[in-house]
Amino acid sequence: MRTMLEVNDLSVSFDVYGGEVQAVRGVSFSVKEGEAVAIVGESGSGKSVTAQTIMRLISTPPGRIKQGSVRFDGQELLSLPEKEMQRVRGNQIGMIFQDPMTSLNPTMTIGMQIMEGLMKHQKMSRSDAKKRAIELLTMVGIPNPESRISQYPHHFSGGMRQRAMIAIALSCNPALLIADEPTTALDVTIQAQILRLMKNLQKQTGTSIILITHDLGIVADMCDRVIVMYAGQIIETGTKREIFRNPQHPYTKGLLKSLPRLDQSKNEPLVPIHGTPPDLIQPPQGCGFCSRCDYAMRICQTEVPEFTRLSDTQQVRCWLQQSQGGIRGGKGASA
Amino acid sequence: MSEAFVEIQGLRKYFNVGKNRVLKAVNDISFTIAKGETLGLVGESGCGKSTAGRTITRLYEPTSGRVSLSGVDVTKLSKSQLKAYRRRMQMIFQDPYASLNPRMTILDIIGEALDIHGLAPSRAHRKRRVEELLELVGLNAEHASRYPHEFSGGQRQRIGITRALAVEPEFIVCDEPISALDVSIQAQIINLLIDLQKRMGFTYLFIAHDLSMVKYMSDRVAVMYLGKIVELARSEDLYDRPHHPYTKALLSAIPVPDPDLEERKERIVLSGDLPSPVNPPSGCPFRTRCPIATGRCAEEEPAFREVRPGQWASCHYA
Repeated sequence: MRTMLEVNDLSVSFDVYGGEVQAVRGVSFSVKEGEAVAIVGESGSGKSVTAQTIMRLISTPPGRIKQGSVRFDGQELLSLPEKEMQRVRGNQIGMIFQDPMTSLNPTMTIGMQIMEGLMKHQKMSRSDAKKRAIELLTMVGIPNPESRISQYPHHFSGGMRQRAMIAIALSCNPALLIADEPTTALDVTIQAQILRLMKNLQKQTGTSIILITHDLGIVADMCDRVIVMYAGQIIETGTKREIFRNPQHPYTKGLLKSLPRLDQSKNEPLVPIHGTPPDLIQPPQGCGFCSRCDYAMRICQTEVPEFTRLSDTQQVRCWLQQSQGGIRGGKGASA
Repeated sequence: MSEAFVEIQGLRKYFNVGKNRVLKAVNDISFTIAKGETLGLVGESGCGKSTAGRTITRLYEPTSGRVSLSGVDVTKLSKSQLKAYRRRMQMIFQDPYASLNPRMTILDIIGEALDIHGLAPSRAHRKRRVEELLELVGLNAEHASRYPHEFSGGQRQRIGITRALAVEPEFIVCDEPISALDVSIQAQIINLLIDLQKRMGFTYLFIAHDLSMVKYMSDRVAVMYLGKIVELARSEDLYDRPHHPYTKALLSAIPVPDPDLEERKERIVLSGDLPSPVNPPSGCPFRTRCPIATGRCAEEEPAFREVRPGQWASCHYA
């Protein structure tokens, strides 16, 4: 399978009053054609900044892409002139944002917002674009698309706005769809509708998807592969089954244990991860997770571990795994 | 533990939304909570669960109905009598960023609650009590001199909890206490709430939209839809054998963090959106999205009846 997207050693910082926030620190991953990859992590882990950098939506300043490359279908995006980047955005890479209430233009009709991209990128005539917009609204399950097309975002409910966003993102048949917390602002029953829609569309069109979420339930439902981020770095990647059945990083394990299972009673306490994530103005010198880790060793505080390959698909960045190689003693990898 | 400590009967809260239109946010709900029990209240946004919580603590004046706390009708109390009752019932709010005054130190935020109820005879006593309370919820005594912006979301929620604890209440309404927090921090707060309940015997009304947390936390769960309670049962019964079609859909819609369960699961996907509570459907409020609705549902509002011992649902076909 062809590699659609390749991110290599990407670092992004923001210059703020208090100093430099190192939001993304050396992130590398790739997405293959037709694959659905999840990026999970808590707020401030750098998952959204990674996505916005791929789309070059980071405002500079205060943002600054310090190093790295983003290759999409063989083409380097970070050095592309803005004009050519506009041809990629919306046309080849579509994006769905978290908040359907604020990411649509309130002064434009829904129809016009879908048609805009079609007329610009696909050079469609107005009437053809309108026809296609109606088709798209039908596809995402909006009733009476013919009349809905001339309405404004405030006429739409939250779930319908998110459907309209999906219609816009898919209008030019992008090869890659980036969905940044697409259902976080929605209720569970509406979330189920949107996820089913995205799944069906992926089956029909073969689009690659990057799904950014903090909800591990959605990951289990939607994705093939999982990337876990913490404090601006990737700390573990693997297939969905590897991450859920055999997580190796203490953070991934902790995250899974801190969620209540439906069969868990109140007498079995949840296992929270103690403490809070580090401040990225002064990121820790060693492993980002070490101040919250139950198995932290001396080396964890001073040196960032490299990735250890556990299988063809699973990699983890943790000293506990490296110690299995022999030189640095200490057990706990099996804990 | 069987007798009712908190009793809600026929509670309604209507809002006037202009042009003679009325929004029935809470429309005739009744339930009881026993001493030391946790009742979960779940539903989607706009179903009236937060309004219910605020009406019960009389942050909103109820339109009609009764809220009684160990037999005394709270809705009839005068302002000065109400103050005494506020000592017995407290609230923890959803947004730890908006519910703490940014210009007050933690000592004053918590101390204010002690002052209002005359619980601190001297300044030294007040400070000592605040420090004790902070340590009780897992913060440091030194934190008392700091301001809210110096704390993370999870720590702020602990401060909100401390403020509620300061007056030694018996009944606490927790209005989405964890929904603004990261997953790894949520478990910390839930464990704290459960631990405090075990030690002090609190009675909780736990309002949330996260069904797996509600199930974990609660002894019984009430499901709200469009201002009404559609199902009420012990939490295992509700999750194992939901009777109302809305409860069934809600439960099947939660994605479970387990790839094998997800693949096997048959998900009921409801069509459409929540109807407007200004103009609710006739008969059963859920019928416009219900997969099993019939003509009868449009004409006749289903009664809230006991479908199995201890399990109540309002559906003609449950």
